[in-house]
Amino acid sequence: MSDIAAIARQFIRALPHSHALGMQLVAIGEGTATIAMPYDDRLIGDPETGVIHGGAVSALMDTACGAAVMSHPQAGFSTATLDLRIDYMRPATPGQTIRTRAECHHVTRSVAFVRAVATDDDDSRPVAMATGAFTVERKA
Amino acid sequence: MKPPEPLHVIKRRREALLRSLVDGVPYIRYLGVQFDRRGDELTAVLPFRDDLIGNPRLPALHGGATAAFLEIAAMIELSWSTLWEGVEADGALPEGPLRLPKTIDFTIDYLRAGLPRDAYARARVNRSGRRYASVHVEAWQDNRARLFAQATGHFLMPPVEPKP
Repeated sequence: MSDIAAIARQFIRALPHSHALGMQLVAIGEGTATIAMPYDDRLIGDPETGVIHGGAVSALMDTACGAAVMSHPQAGFSTATLDLRIDYMRPATPGQTIRTRAECHHVTRSVAFVRAVATDDDDSRPVAMATGAFTVERKA
Repeated sequence: MKPPEPLHVIKRRREALLRSLVDGVPYIRYLGVQFDRRGDELTAVLPFRDDLIGNPRLPALHGGATAAFLEIAAMIELSWSTLWEGVEADGALPEGPLRLPKTIDFTIDYLRAGLPRDAYARARVNRSGRRYASVHVEAWQDNRARLFAQATGHFLMPPVEPKP
């Protein structure tokens, strides 16, 4: 158990920007990953309401999708984003952690197609959804 | 005939409008995004910092940092260009709390790896209606013609409050 926790910490530490935004790896499987980003005043986009900036949600989406690609048995040690589309369904509730679960729904020799859903404490209503294409680095 | 406005008054007003859009947003301050203004043209600047890195082995900017930078550039340009005419005509900033547009969706194309150095972005409002707007934004580093990322986003405009 502690091994998994250590691996999870190590994974985020290897991504300086994700680490700086306070992201935590919650779960990782074969081609899926769940990453959490606790509420933080630095990430506020609307000072009137305290809602987190869309840009920070985008960073969380990109990290979760990248992690899902790297965890896929046919992909490999590294990936880069080709494109990412994010739909913002509703503002995340201020004070709550945002969690994103990303999943590779198709992987070819060159490209991984990924989808992700972000929620806050109310996981019945998504905060945002993302669709992206990522590079697949062939193993040497 | 009205005498022309002194230059320092014009500059002070335009700077104040830009500051009112940018300075109150914690996340813009946290990322360190700055805006360079020439007349009504804005260039967003993302000064490089080690904690913007995503892949330390290359090293390359984090795709998330690039996405956030582009979204900030697009949203500020949209607010700026919407308010510009009114502020120039009235000679004063709009009253009341600042209402920023809300992002509906945002699509980022990553064209090449972001290098560990400063990045620049300029946005263009392609369509701005009463409720919805479409904005395109391009980002580059050393060479304006070699974009490293571009994006298009749709935004929901803040409701216009009738003047008293």
